[in-house]
Amino acid sequence: MTRDETSARIAALIEPFNKKGVAITDATRFTDDLEFDSLTVMDFVAAIEDEFDIIISMNAQAEIENYGQLVDAVVKLTA
Amino acid sequence: MTDMLDTTTKGDLFSKFDPLIQMRANLLASGVEDPFSLVMERVLSPTVAVCNGRETILLGTYNYMGMTFDPDVIEAGKQALDDFGSGTTGSRVLNGTYAGHKAVEQALCDFYDMRHAMVFSTGYQANLGIISTIAGKGDYIVLDIDSHASIWDGCKMGDAEVVPFKHNDIEAMEKRLRRIPADAGKLVVLEGVYSMLGDIAPLREMIAVAKKYGAMVLVDEAHSMGFIGPNGRGVAEDQGCLDDVDFVIGTFSKSVGTVGGFCVSNHPKFEIMRLVCRPYVFTASLPPSVVATAATSVRKLMHAADKRAHLWENSRTLHKGLKDAGFSLGTDSPQSAIISVIMPDLERGAGMWEALLHEGLYVNLARPPATPANMTLLRCSLCAEHSAEQVQQIIGMFTRAGKTVGII
Repeated sequence: MTRDETSARIAALIEPFNKKGVAITDATRFTDDLEFDSLTVMDFVAAIEDEFDIIISMNAQAEIENYGQLVDAVVKLTA
Repeated sequence: MTDMLDTTTKGDLFSKFDPLIQMRANLLASGVEDPFSLVMERVLSPTVAVCNGRETILLGTYNYMGMTFDPDVIEAGKQALDDFGSGTTGSRVLNGTYAGHKAVEQALCDFYDMRHAMVFSTGYQANLGIISTIAGKGDYIVLDIDSHASIWDGCKMGDAEVVPFKHNDIEAMEKRLRRIPADAGKLVVLEGVYSMLGDIAPLREMIAVAKKYGAMVLVDEAHSMGFIGPNGRGVAEDQGCLDDVDFVIGTFSKSVGTVGGFCVSNHPKFEIMRLVCRPYVFTASLPPSVVATAATSVRKLMHAADKRAHLWENSRTLHKGLKDAGFSLGTDSPQSAIISVIMPDLERGAGMWEALLHEGLYVNLARPPATPANMTLLRCSLCAEHSAEQVQQIIGMFTRAGKTVGII
């Protein structure tokens, strides 16, 4: 799976959580731009984990601040 | 309060607390009594104290079994003060292990019918120490998202990969266990009773899944010890799965009625924990009077079936009374000695808390971020020493306060 394909699948998953319809780029930050609280993060992470059959541990989540970093992390975990 | 905000300057490490300072300032500006600065001026019994000058029924103390004024418990503490002094001034592994520390660990082994017991200076340290020590680099901790702060802090202090799952969701837990590399060490961390809503975990099903994936299981039974289960050993005993629990964490600061924490286990190598667990090694041990009161209380709790029955009766009566009065509760049925009343928002929650205090009733106000789903809760924890009349009084106080504040 290419980075673009992974990004497209994540973009689809983010839709229901993107309540304000913020335009998503690699630089979009989850806390500051999308205003995700801890509960939203948990549900969103669970959706990605289920889609790709991976685990994104809290330790890994701590390194992910924006959308681009998330795509990179998923690409790496599914490699 | 405003002055503090005005002094915020670049480089002030306290700037990060500004939102919380503002939230408190707004709450207190509305005129309510500060819910987090209550002083118990005199304590008359496990269920009544004088707070802020008022005689008050205590319904938020976790003193489930009412052991704090038990005459045998108090006598044991006084005797230990006379015989062993006021404190040990030392670590358990140096000069801080007295006869009383061994005696309370033996009392725990007898209470749980387990081979090993290790006593910490607080319950917080028990979770912090055991979790951070047994799950190391390359291991995985799978835990419920609503876990207590001491469990999260134990995860943060260790080097394991931390994987949370949705509260009490067996399927979500299994999915995560299935995805962890088969050869990695795994620790599943659960609680018997979750203290915010007072709900219990489906431990039997969850532990069976954990074992299927080769995980070790730690269960925090802080809010169930002494009360739930035929022998008061907790939710795992009640659901018939205590034999499959590798580590039980508990506390002396609830049903036992003093302070301290512990871990009991049948693991054959458990005793090595005393040398490798830093929150156990690098702190002073409990004072002799505390372990003496704890040992006496734990032994009395082994024979407290009548008190357990009365506490269940209190829990059922209060749950039904509040539900019938129109309050929204954390659980559909009474599952523990905690009845959690859901408030519409923090402002009305604080108003209700204050109205209850004026009625002469103390409950815990719990607010975000400590609460699940950012709820504001009034948590009621019942005591086996609450009389049936007190429980009726409590229902009356809630009903009047609820109407005054406009919640029911």
